[in-house]
Amino acid sequence: MQLPDKKGHFGIYGGKFVPETLMSALEDLENQYQRLKQDKEFQQELNYFLQEFAGRPTPLYFAERLTEHLGGAKIYLKREDLCHTGAHKINNTLGQALMTRRMAKRRVIAETGAGQHGVATATAAAMFGLDCEIFMGEEDMHRQELNVFRMKLLGAKVTPVTSGTMTLKDAINEALRDWVTNVEQTHYVIGSVVGPHPYPVIVRDFQSVIGCETKKQLQEKEGGLPDYLVACVGGGSNAMGMFYPFLDNSQVKLVGVEAAGCGLETGKHAASLKAGEAGVLHGAKSYLLQDEQGQIHPTHSVSAGLDYPGVGPEHSCLKDSGRAEYQAVTDDEALKAFSLLSELEGIIPALESAHAIAYLQKLVPMTTKDQIIVVCLSGRGDKDVQQVSELMDGR
Amino acid sequence: MGGRFENLPPPKKDDKLVFRKRFPESFNNSRSGDKNLSRIGQKFSELKGRGQAALMPFLTIGDPNLETTCELLLKLDKAGADLVELGIPFSDPIADGPTIQRASQRALRQGVTPCRALELVRRVRRRSELPISLMTYYNLIFHYGEERFVAEAAQAGVDGLIVPDLPPEEAGGLRRAADRYGLDIVFLLAPTSRPERVKLVAEASRGFIYYVSLTGVTGARERLAQDLAAKVREPKRHTDLPVAVGFGISTPEQAGMAAGCADGVIVGSALINVLEANLSKPDLLVNQAAEFVGRLKAGMRNAGS
Repeated sequence: MQLPDKKGHFGIYGGKFVPETLMSALEDLENQYQRLKQDKEFQQELNYFLQEFAGRPTPLYFAERLTEHLGGAKIYLKREDLCHTGAHKINNTLGQALMTRRMAKRRVIAETGAGQHGVATATAAAMFGLDCEIFMGEEDMHRQELNVFRMKLLGAKVTPVTSGTMTLKDAINEALRDWVTNVEQTHYVIGSVVGPHPYPVIVRDFQSVIGCETKKQLQEKEGGLPDYLVACVGGGSNAMGMFYPFLDNSQVKLVGVEAAGCGLETGKHAASLKAGEAGVLHGAKSYLLQDEQGQIHPTHSVSAGLDYPGVGPEHSCLKDSGRAEYQAVTDDEALKAFSLLSELEGIIPALESAHAIAYLQKLVPMTTKDQIIVVCLSGRGDKDVQQVSELMDGR
Repeated sequence: MGGRFENLPPPKKDDKLVFRKRFPESFNNSRSGDKNLSRIGQKFSELKGRGQAALMPFLTIGDPNLETTCELLLKLDKAGADLVELGIPFSDPIADGPTIQRASQRALRQGVTPCRALELVRRVRRRSELPISLMTYYNLIFHYGEERFVAEAAQAGVDGLIVPDLPPEEAGGLRRAADRYGLDIVFLLAPTSRPERVKLVAEASRGFIYYVSLTGVTGARERLAQDLAAKVREPKRHTDLPVAVGFGISTPEQAGMAAGCADGVIVGSALINVLEANLSKPDLLVNQAAEFVGRLKAGMRNAGS
């Protein structure tokens, strides 16, 4: 069965849990999106910008020294870090900015955690001449100063969010509040496969270019399908984009890697699928980190992009059905992988993507040399260099 | 549990215990003047008979603490509140502006949980007939268990439920539970609601319809929307339910204007502003709030006559 159903449910997850004020806008968005999905001209236009502006297709790179080092399956890296703006986020923001133009809205807003989605939204807005406001937790603004400056250079207004834990979840709260207020003129560019229907579908579809290219490229290089796909999961957009085109290829194992922060046992982590339970946040039902009352739990990850108490509803569904498995690696493991990939392959990964790399240490020993693993290298690590250098000095 | 309630003022001797009979099977949202109406329905119908609109103040349970909430409720009841909306604080209140966000934070710091919130209602219910609607976000109810929450709320003396992030489409389970236990589940309409949604909400809502008077989050505003009167009439094509207007109403004049076109007026942030201004003067806080509610009610009476 095609998921989600007509009401936007992935099994028991997903749906539209939003204030009444937004219901009509979500209906419009759904109708508009269904139209544009069939619209050849729109798809051609999007492909043009993905190719000429974002630099697609991205390479599927054989990581020979990493493969040798780990001594098992062949490891390929899907190089989303080579996209314009340095991460996969641009695939989605170009699509949504084009949609915004078609809906004749003049303003876009977005939340951002690590700043990658904010930069990607500001970039698309600049290119299409849209007004842009980015909501970012004050705590994250300190962690990611460089990206804040980037967004401002691109002409966006960056609004610090000082409520709650001052991180990604609060930035989403604030963006939703802005959207409730300005819904008639504004499109909310959600950056992950989260939020009310139809966002998890829209973002998944725009990000599916990752998996579609991977399938084709691996066919050319290896004449077949991979044995494993590995991607990090915060909200889960790069993972969903990578997994989706392979959902029907049941021999391909799908592995999402969450942030175990200081360790799952410490409670300081962001592993919603691994350690959370079903709940409703930001418009959808999904796995959530919450306390015994249902209040949303503060999260921790060294990576701002994974520091989120929820996860996309389709991932929750894939977890329950067993089609995908979800693992978690700690801050320390991710930091080691950050250095390892830099040293062995000359690629500095984003801290988010370093979580996926880190899981290879556990996965590869269970594989054989004739097997193939594709890792989604969702972003580059330039934005994290300062933070990692401070962490290393601090040791 | 219960430690926080030991400081609540003891019931006065002349306060009679109020018991309520419920008739869930015979519940019908379109009947008026019916003795089977819920406490909310009765209050609206009684006021309608007198040509008045209902004043419904909003408070967050436990802001600034549970003891004060209890005192406030008893005082506001006498000062002119006809019904009351009580918020159970949630960590991520996306429909609320800064004022109610701060109120929620203060209440969470007091350790308010859904369970303690229901305990407070139980206490108040022993001493007041004020119709009480609880407002909270869906995750707290979902986590508590829909059926269990509704059953315990009804048992505690709650009359209605307002869940701003739960549109009728997602409310199947809660609606069934609410019907079974005789709780009114109140749905919201907004300026952006199209005719088909007006119909959907009008048919799904019980007790009253909550019309969100502006496109935005809760919070005091300078002026009311110009098309308020026309918007408030829209659901009347589909239902006899009263329509109460909330979001942004902050002065007695505005309350009066809203009372001129709606069956009820909900005032939240402006009242919480009064509490906030008196946080350092706890002895004044309750009286200041009661005085403000009295002025709101007077503003509505002037408009009604």
